[in-house]
Amino acid sequence: MLNRATWAIIRKDLIVVLRTKAVALPMLLVPVLLLLVLPVILSIAAGYASDPSVRAELDIDRLLASLPGTTAQSIKGMSGEQQFAYLALVYLMAPLFLLIPSVVAVVVAADSFAGEKERKTLEALLYTPLTDRHLFVAKVLSACMPAFVVGIGSFLVYSVVVNLAAWPIMERVFFPNYMWIVLVFWLAPSVAVLSLGGTVLVSAHVGTYQAAYQLGSLVVLPILFLIIGQVQGLLFFDTPVVFLIGLIFWILGVTLVLLGARSFRRTRIATKM
Amino acid sequence: MLAVDDLSLDIRQGEVFGLLGHNGAGKTTTIRILNGILDPSAGSVRVMDLDPRRDGAELRRRTGVLTETPALDDRLTGRENLEIFAHLYRVPANGVDATVSDLLDKFQLSHRADQRVHTYSKGMKQRLALARTILNDPELLYLDEPTSGLDPVASHEVREMIREWGDQPHRTVFLCTHNLVEAQDLCDRVGVLERGRLRLLGTPEELTDHGDGGMEVDLLFDPDDVARAWAALKERVTVVSSSDDFGRSRDEGGGKMQAGGDDGNKARSRSRGRNRNGNGNGGRVTVRVDARADIPALVDLAASLGLPVFGVVPQVRTLRDVYLSLYIDEELEEDVRDDNDEGPDAE
Repeated sequence: MLNRATWAIIRKDLIVVLRTKAVALPMLLVPVLLLLVLPVILSIAAGYASDPSVRAELDIDRLLASLPGTTAQSIKGMSGEQQFAYLALVYLMAPLFLLIPSVVAVVVAADSFAGEKERKTLEALLYTPLTDRHLFVAKVLSACMPAFVVGIGSFLVYSVVVNLAAWPIMERVFFPNYMWIVLVFWLAPSVAVLSLGGTVLVSAHVGTYQAAYQLGSLVVLPILFLIIGQVQGLLFFDTPVVFLIGLIFWILGVTLVLLGARSFRRTRIATKM
Repeated sequence: MLAVDDLSLDIRQGEVFGLLGHNGAGKTTTIRILNGILDPSAGSVRVMDLDPRRDGAELRRRTGVLTETPALDDRLTGRENLEIFAHLYRVPANGVDATVSDLLDKFQLSHRADQRVHTYSKGMKQRLALARTILNDPELLYLDEPTSGLDPVASHEVREMIREWGDQPHRTVFLCTHNLVEAQDLCDRVGVLERGRLRLLGTPEELTDHGDGGMEVDLLFDPDDVARAWAALKERVTVVSSSDDFGRSRDEGGGKMQAGGDDGNKARSRSRGRNRNGNGNGGRVTVRVDARADIPALVDLAASLGLPVFGVVPQVRTLRDVYLSLYIDEELEEDVRDDNDEGPDAE
């Protein structure tokens, strides 16, 4: 399945992505905002979490009361500041982190599928001996790989940033926990595949990178529901929940990718060129 | 939409075949079908004994296609563009660097090889695209409008490269173009595609032949001698027409050269009319001869009649003339059809 030709396409797509500001910028900005700026702000905010008026304003006590048993257990005995820092940086940030693989997958897939059509470079690829399947696999992998790599890289950076930023409050290394390991290596890849599958399907019907990017970005809606659900106390990220959401996303994502594969026929693509 | 209709073609190994037709005639669609990236709705296609629908990957390994736009990735360097396609065409891994460097040299792109393609001129992009197309040393090369949009110098360079590459008996070139000079210059045989249908097929010589193997020759005389030349020559050879420098002209009967003649001859008259009126060469008498070899005898005949000949201009019919006459005939047919269609309603 992965022959020399497939790797050549992957290499090409990755080089192109890194050299295109419109594509590389979202891949850089989203992680920087989420993993550098936000943790520092939350860590500073945690310093005020003992103030009763702040606690009341943010409804922190209600949030603490709604925690599942294992999570409640893990923060038992912490000070107010530590509880806030831990909840914000470990749990509230978890669904936000999922935006990173999603954005990267959508951006790269939109460029790789619709962008290539728009730039009229796809036709030259269709005339190569590459089979439809090899070409599709190459395109899928070239979008998945950066999403996986950026996801894991972001996680490593976040681990360092969050422990440093919250050190004055926590006074120990508290990140990551088991939930984050499952989130990074199970749920985040499923989000990438789901985003990729949606963008591939959209790209078959639109002619420009921008259109594919904008429509493909609708895939972040489930992630927004997860964020809102967590803030509202409707859904709380712990290890079993993360695993279950990942399973659902994998099923949906793989289904979308397979549907995309079915429609990825050079004879169909060529009729629209 | 029907892009190609009932097209039947045999391309011979080793020839440069030109498929002519204006935009939308079905040339690009034909290339796509022949390479298995479009399925024909009916009929069968065999290319090098392979069925493009079933054996597309194997077929494309042995062919090269230069698309109408260069289809290069502007954000890659020239070298990267070639390297990636070398892998796609399975050039042996240990030979990729050498193959790419050789091609960059051959196409005079080595000095810009490591710069991104968006900095290249149009001609350079076309040369790079052509280099990419022959990376796998294809047995059959498809060229879709290879000089479209290029300046005359770049067009000449690209044509020379095509000529040099195709100058091997095992290499076949399928050239799609609406550049008729290019087709006449490069092609062994040409076909003219019109609205998806093949209207003409043959060598450029066959298509430009007057039908009986003969040709017309303009004999240039002193304007004062034209009337005498007309009278003397028409007794001995087939004189078609004459004119002097004052625009006075006469035609031999038969309607062959009547500019205002019947519709069927309108195109021919229009295309031939160029460069023949007021050309400052003095008087002209146009004579039909059976072959080019008869021209010296014709000049001798004029001299023996006391008619000094100041110039001889063989009227070579070009593919452009053939093509335009076909196109204009088509327009006229359509006009007639429209008139017929409108007739009953009008009544």
